[in-house]
Amino acid sequence: MSAAPVLALRGISKRFGAVQALTEVDLEVRAGSVLALVGDNGAGKSTLVKTIAGVHPIDDGTLEWEGRPVTVARPQDAQHLGVATVYQDLALCDNLDVVANLFLGREATRGKVLDEVAMEKRAQELLDSLSIRIPSVRIPIASLSGGQRQVVAIARALVGDPKLVILDEPTAALGVEQTAQVLDLVERLRERGLAVILISHNMADVLAVADQVAVLRLGRNNGVFDVADTSHEEIISAITGATENAVTRRKARTTEAAQ
Amino acid sequence: MSDTQPGKQPGQSPAAADQAPAEAEGTTKTTVPAPAGPVDAGAPATDALTPVDPRLLVREQGFAGYLTDFKRRIKGGELGSIPVLVGLVVIWAIFETTTGRFLDPSNLTNIAQYIVGPGLIATGIVFVLLLGEIDLSVGSVAGLTAALTSVLAVKQDLNEGLAVLLGLLAAGAIGALHGFFFARIGVPAFVVTLAGFLGWSGLQLYVMGNTLSINNISGGVVQGLNNTYFSDIAAAYGLALVAVAAHLGSQLLDRKRRRAVDLPHRPLSEVLLRSGVVAVLAFATAWMLNQESGLPLGLTVFVGVVVLAAFVLKRTSYGRQVFAVGGGVEAARRAGINVVWVRISVFTISGFLGGLGGLFIASQAGVADSNLGGGDTLMLAIAAAVIGGTSLFGGRGTPWSALIGILVIQSIMTGLYMSGSSSDAVQSMITGVVLLAAVVIDSVSRRTQKTAGRA
Repeated sequence: MSAAPVLALRGISKRFGAVQALTEVDLEVRAGSVLALVGDNGAGKSTLVKTIAGVHPIDDGTLEWEGRPVTVARPQDAQHLGVATVYQDLALCDNLDVVANLFLGREATRGKVLDEVAMEKRAQELLDSLSIRIPSVRIPIASLSGGQRQVVAIARALVGDPKLVILDEPTAALGVEQTAQVLDLVERLRERGLAVILISHNMADVLAVADQVAVLRLGRNNGVFDVADTSHEEIISAITGATENAVTRRKARTTEAAQ
Repeated sequence: MSDTQPGKQPGQSPAAADQAPAEAEGTTKTTVPAPAGPVDAGAPATDALTPVDPRLLVREQGFAGYLTDFKRRIKGGELGSIPVLVGLVVIWAIFETTTGRFLDPSNLTNIAQYIVGPGLIATGIVFVLLLGEIDLSVGSVAGLTAALTSVLAVKQDLNEGLAVLLGLLAAGAIGALHGFFFARIGVPAFVVTLAGFLGWSGLQLYVMGNTLSINNISGGVVQGLNNTYFSDIAAAYGLALVAVAAHLGSQLLDRKRRRAVDLPHRPLSEVLLRSGVVAVLAFATAWMLNQESGLPLGLTVFVGVVVLAAFVLKRTSYGRQVFAVGGGVEAARRAGINVVWVRISVFTISGFLGGLGGLFIASQAGVADSNLGGGDTLMLAIAAAVIGGTSLFGGRGTPWSALIGILVIQSIMTGLYMSGSSSDAVQSMITGVVLLAAVVIDSVSRRTQKTAGRA
């Protein structure tokens, strides 16, 4: 692992009105590794990601990018640093084709004119390098299946040569085979030396591809685990609260009933 | 030739991919028998073993491939401009048989003169429709621009060229104002432009004062706009030649570049076929115009604006942004597109072209009167854009639809006039039916495209 993490969060806090969404959260993600961010609903996963992506500016704490403190006030700031975010709702334009979507907002031009040839070539190379198979790079997104849209959205995140890719629930709406494809893709991102933050509810997915798992609970850190030497149960109990989980509750109920 | 490569539309922007399909984009791909549903979801990872994924869109060789591809498109609901072109041919055939002189050069030249003003307004409407919005004010803006220009030039004795310039600037500024209220303040475009529709026609009357109409200055700029003809036959033929050469050149260049980097490209036969069709159309038009008065300035400006608009929309980043905002505002915003600016600029274009159209209508009529831009001007402009194939739902369309659509409407109006049934009642009813038919085709083809996984 490289010396300085690509991105480090130090004591990040975020408040929405009366709601304290994040309280002094720390997080580190390194190049060539996948950090899974897990937690129950409302634990602050999405908020944390949005602070990194510049959607919500942070109230307190510091963001460090490759060791330097930086301010991220707008989504563009994050993009300039090299953070690419794939949101759950993908945000692709249905009426545009794959190439146009991949390069939306950063089209290749010759003079003032779009360079379709260069874009199509690069799109094909990019999709090939990620082993993404779609019917044609020139069909509208509307013609693609959910899994294909997801991989296109991820591929799009890579067009700007980012250093950190954030995937927000990339497998939530997908079937088994499609999920496998997306997880393959996540591993390929790691092989390319990118830092990946993966948000997921699916513990099997997380354990399959992540190197580390960071658990958030009620807007606070609740442990960072190495996947290699952590059991499923330990993570689950960190998510739900160490002493409060389905197993302990049932145990408590049965002992109560026994008495 | 790379016949097993994935399907493609060489050099076509994605926008073109679904809006002007079979006719404009070349029928170069076809599906290997696949379920009619969305292109299959579970792309197995084992595909890597097979050299060609059977679900990929693969082109077939030669014209047999074009034919199967054409059938696939029709089945998939990608009709594009086909219905309206068929309709136009039918309309012309009917009126030619009933009147016997509909297709005479004098009549067609006449039509070519009438379509310019409304057509320019419709071109502006296409931009707004691409955003999925509507601009109800263009008729009033057209009237106000004509009134303003005439008052400045005739009553205020301003230089007429300057007056025209000021009128057009005002039209653009009005459009920008609509855009500002819509994009920045967040008022629905429908309401903003409805207010504009009322307000600007009021201002038009106010500017005109107690005069009902102001004659164009004889021999002046406005009068010349739609009454100037380049009678030298070299003008029309020369322009046709330039157009065909430019079309052929850009296609060949595109093909060469794609070949150089080993991307799928059109076979030479197809390139020649396309340019051949363009050549036939261009030279037939030039020949027809030369039979009468020669190349009209108005038509040249109109077609020039359409070509420029089509180029901007399909070949520049700005055009891509317009389509993106029309296809998904949130996606566009996340991609870093300045949605507010795109919206304001589109309404500015709409206002400007509305004003330009107003000047051509004034030139055509010989006067700027207080009714100019009122009545059905607005509705015909919107109808033309929709009849020509631009979707009301945003994100699909081309400026060419303004040209085709206004040609259909004007053909009906002229034809009815020549048949003796010139009453507004019949004209309005027929135009209404044609508009309804166009929207029905749009909606049905969208539904078919959805079931075929292409919408």
